[in-house]
Amino acid sequence: MKPAPFDLVVATDLGEALEALHQGGTEARVIAGGQSLVPMLNMRLARPATLIDITRIPELSRIEATADTVSVGAAVRQTTLERWEDLADRLPLVRAALPWVGHTQLRNRGTVCGSVAHADPSAELPLCLIALGGSVTLRRRRKTRQVAARDFFQGMMSTDLAPGEMIASVTFPTHRKGTGYAFREVARRHGDFAIVACAAIARHDGSATLTVGGVADTPRTLDLPAEAADLDDRLNEFAWHLQARDDLHATARYRRDLVRHLGRATLKEALSCRD
Amino acid sequence: MPRLTQDETHEVRFTLNGRAVSARVSPRLLLTDVLRHEIGATGTHVGCEHGVCGACTVQVDGEPVRACLMLAAQAEGSEIRTVEGLAKREQLAPLQEAFRENFALQCGFCTAGILMTLDALFSREPDAEEDTIREALSGHLCRCTGYVPIVQAALAVRNRIKGGPIDA
Ligand SMILES: Cc1cc2nc3c(=O)[nH]c(=O)nc-3n(C[C@H](O)[C@H](O)[C@H](O)COP(=O)(O)OP(=O)(O)OC[C@H]3O[C@@H](n4cnc5c(N)ncnc54)[C@H](O)[C@@H]3O)c2cc1C
Ligand code: FES
Ligand code: FES
Repeated sequence: MKPAPFDLVVATDLGEALEALHQGGTEARVIAGGQSLVPMLNMRLARPATLIDITRIPELSRIEATADTVSVGAAVRQTTLERWEDLADRLPLVRAALPWVGHTQLRNRGTVCGSVAHADPSAELPLCLIALGGSVTLRRRRKTRQVAARDFFQGMMSTDLAPGEMIASVTFPTHRKGTGYAFREVARRHGDFAIVACAAIARHDGSATLTVGGVADTPRTLDLPAEAADLDDRLNEFAWHLQARDDLHATARYRRDLVRHLGRATLKEALSCRD
Repeated sequence: MPRLTQDETHEVRFTLNGRAVSARVSPRLLLTDVLRHEIGATGTHVGCEHGVCGACTVQVDGEPVRACLMLAAQAEGSEIRTVEGLAKREQLAPLQEAFRENFALQCGFCTAGILMTLDALFSREPDAEEDTIREALSGHLCRCTGYVPIVQAALAVRNRIKGGPIDA
């Protein structure tokens, strides 16, 4: 299991990376942490002609906080965000979810943006980005655009990224006073991909959202009153609406059950930790 | 900007267990393969080559990572530590000693990777709780021991070092 041959461009600034990406067209691919891409190369599920390593680009290595957002550059490793001193205050949901992303040994190299680009339906970080209403900043030569997370993810491992384009950063809206967040997941073992993952947000105005990953082809959100009297009915309807499928890891029925039970528990937890 | 072309080999330089090394690599060569086949450091094992088993875990700039998911060329300029860097000459590191005393290895295939994870954990967190130890170990598969002796060895060495550097 070895990768097929490719050229490797080690970019040192964003302009270089975008130029190489432009020239390489559909045969070029960004390599960030390599934690999803290198397995695909090793198994020859991917055979790019050119790889562009973006992890040595200083302008992509920053976590930038404003009054109400946090932007994470494309070279920022998952562990770096996990150890960021303001994470618990600014992004409590991401803080709760990050330890579930694979294992420490993978987070030490894997990037936040790489996980978003990869768009695995079970991945925790895309789930958080959608739940929080975040966005993705895309760059290509001479062009920048910003796309809402809910529009960026288009299907299983399929996104709005165009050829020649890369993610420069992702932006999360930060914690607002009076809001509660909770994250829960069921996987075969800790560190495995989620069978079902739930992120709940309960707001001070009495509204709430439950975003569920691992069931449909992208994470999906249910809006509801935080203290809905008919909570179980809503969750049941949502569980069916996600059109769960049987696979090696779990049956569709088990997934629906998890959406109902884990969903309820996650919502309750978010409600109870509003500050 | 350096473009490392696929038909040629390119020089990569890093430190391995404190010694400066260099090798000529093609872009697709994995870090595991440069360590084992070019440099001859065969202590790092290769199980699955897709990041699942943990056998290939080494430290890059002090953090445990999968060597099978890193291109050798990406190691340029970094500090790499492998299991060969733990013992001082014939003197096993306390962690290795604890593995021996607690029967924490049988075939030994998983051991090098597990040692590098635990060594990094104890350098960051010398008094790590059992939960933290187990969480770090969740990134490794062992088909022989059932993990209990590995956790015991880790707890034994933690209790022994109580704050001191792990390989002092
Ligand atoms: C054993 C194992 C268990 C795992 N468990 C989990 C888990 O439980 N949850 C989870 O979420 N993930 C898991 N992962 C995946 C891991 O989180 C990866 O780190 C992440 O999915 C990809 O990030 P990366 O930086 O490594 O990206 P890479 O592997 O470098 O790239 C992944 C893909 O995204 C593209 N890409 C990367 N960065 C950019 C960019 N800036 N712009 C455009 N395209 C880009 C690449 O071209 C490639 O197609 C696991 C991986 C392994 C090997
Ligand atoms: S060989 Fe690298 S994780 Fe299995
Ligand atoms: S000792 Fe044999 S695999 Fe762990």
